[in-house]
Amino acid sequence: MPSLGADMDSGTLLEWRVSPGDRVARGQIVALVDTEKAEIEIECWQAGVVERLIAEVGQKLPVGAPLAWLREEGEAAATAKPAPAPPAVAPAATAVRPAPPVSVAPRAPDVRPPPPPPSPLRVAVGESRRVHASPLARRLAKERGVDLASLAGSGPGGAVVAEDVQRAAGARQPAERVLAVAPTAPAEAAAAAPRDRREGMRRAIAASMAKSKREIPHYYLETSIDCGHALEWLRARNESRPVSERVLPVALLLAATAKALRRAPELNGFFVDGAFRPGSGIHLGVAVSLRGGGLVAPALRGADLRSLDELMCGLRELTQRAREGRMRSSEFSDATLTVTSLGDLGVDRVFPVIYPPQVAIVGFGRIAEAPWAERGMLAVRPIVRCTLAADHRVSDGMRGARFLAELARLLARPEEL
Amino acid sequence: MTRDEIRSLVLRELGRIAPEADLSALPESAPLREELEIDSMDLLNFATAIHAALGVDIPEADYERIASLGGCVDYLAARLAR
Repeated sequence: MPSLGADMDSGTLLEWRVSPGDRVARGQIVALVDTEKAEIEIECWQAGVVERLIAEVGQKLPVGAPLAWLREEGEAAATAKPAPAPPAVAPAATAVRPAPPVSVAPRAPDVRPPPPPPSPLRVAVGESRRVHASPLARRLAKERGVDLASLAGSGPGGAVVAEDVQRAAGARQPAERVLAVAPTAPAEAAAAAPRDRREGMRRAIAASMAKSKREIPHYYLETSIDCGHALEWLRARNESRPVSERVLPVALLLAATAKALRRAPELNGFFVDGAFRPGSGIHLGVAVSLRGGGLVAPALRGADLRSLDELMCGLRELTQRAREGRMRSSEFSDATLTVTSLGDLGVDRVFPVIYPPQVAIVGFGRIAEAPWAERGMLAVRPIVRCTLAADHRVSDGMRGARFLAELARLLARPEEL
Repeated sequence: MTRDEIRSLVLRELGRIAPEADLSALPESAPLREELEIDSMDLLNFATAIHAALGVDIPEADYERIASLGGCVDYLAARLAR
């Protein structure tokens, strides 16, 4: 049972899409799992042959529990086969063993994908339903011929949940369904856990960004900011400090962003269940690119309350841990706005894509010298192009423009950051 | 400290920043930033590590002098000889 999001601790198997003996390709969808939020299709991360299905449809399993045994190509069948113990034959409901310890597949991968749980791939949005019921309950009811409307739901808000349906159906399972429970859980059972984290991360990014592009009506604003004074101030400040205490320009940009957000609450928070939920605190997600590809955006919590040195210290630590793949779960759960700075790569500006369920993202290009006209004079100044992408369901361009103006104002007075 | 010792120390620290890079193939005069995809945070970490190892504090104003492997070794050798 793979982890499909920071907040997931278990999932319910809804459906197998493969049978024992099937040859599966890497990336193939092998099962459908219901989490608290959505039904999610589970890909297999390894090619091989399905040796045995362990998890039973309808069974709720903790993250990390094995779902099936997979035999790798070329692996002798014998090594994957358990000792010829007689298969336990029993009605499924009683054959279910306690889930083995989560050691088979690590509960939390070292590198977590940056975005919140992948989008609900199969949730019908806006579908009108007579009865409020979970997807699993719906499926079970269909399978067992139970009329959902006749049930009193025990779930949140009176929703009909799987247990209600099972109770109504007498918790019967088809008698012919036979389950062979593995006497031992072989290490090879980690079939459903992503072996290649980069691949997993790419998929997570893809799912999140596709959801963003599909659902969020972005609007984009850009402003050019003269960083001359800020950089000069920073240079003088760094000059008198040992290398370990120096502050990078990006920390100034983060500090200005965090403090500007105080006056733009509509850009700081989440869009969940059709409504905006303001963030409690300003937690800046900092996009950190990983060597070899991929991206994580862990949160610098309480960024507006930190001094410049504290921000720099936090940023340094975060970047290092992100690149070493040692992230903390709290950092993934609650960034309220993401900042992406691609200036080191020499691009002038970034057109960022919002990380759902966040409602805005700020991008900084490189700080580069450019002609700058002010008060009738032309000068060459270090300019940074700051872009904002924000969610039109929550805010308008006017609000975004005010935020960028405030950010520029703050950068002009670095002493106050 | 000999030039070769400085060189191997620089390579060791670069290897920590870019563990996947083949440093034996690193051209002497190529810009490290592009060659190893080093960003400003990496550069700061590199300068910090050099400071810890050699006691040489590289001011920001000198960063362009350590932009390549050869330049970096030359620069550190000169600083240490001072």
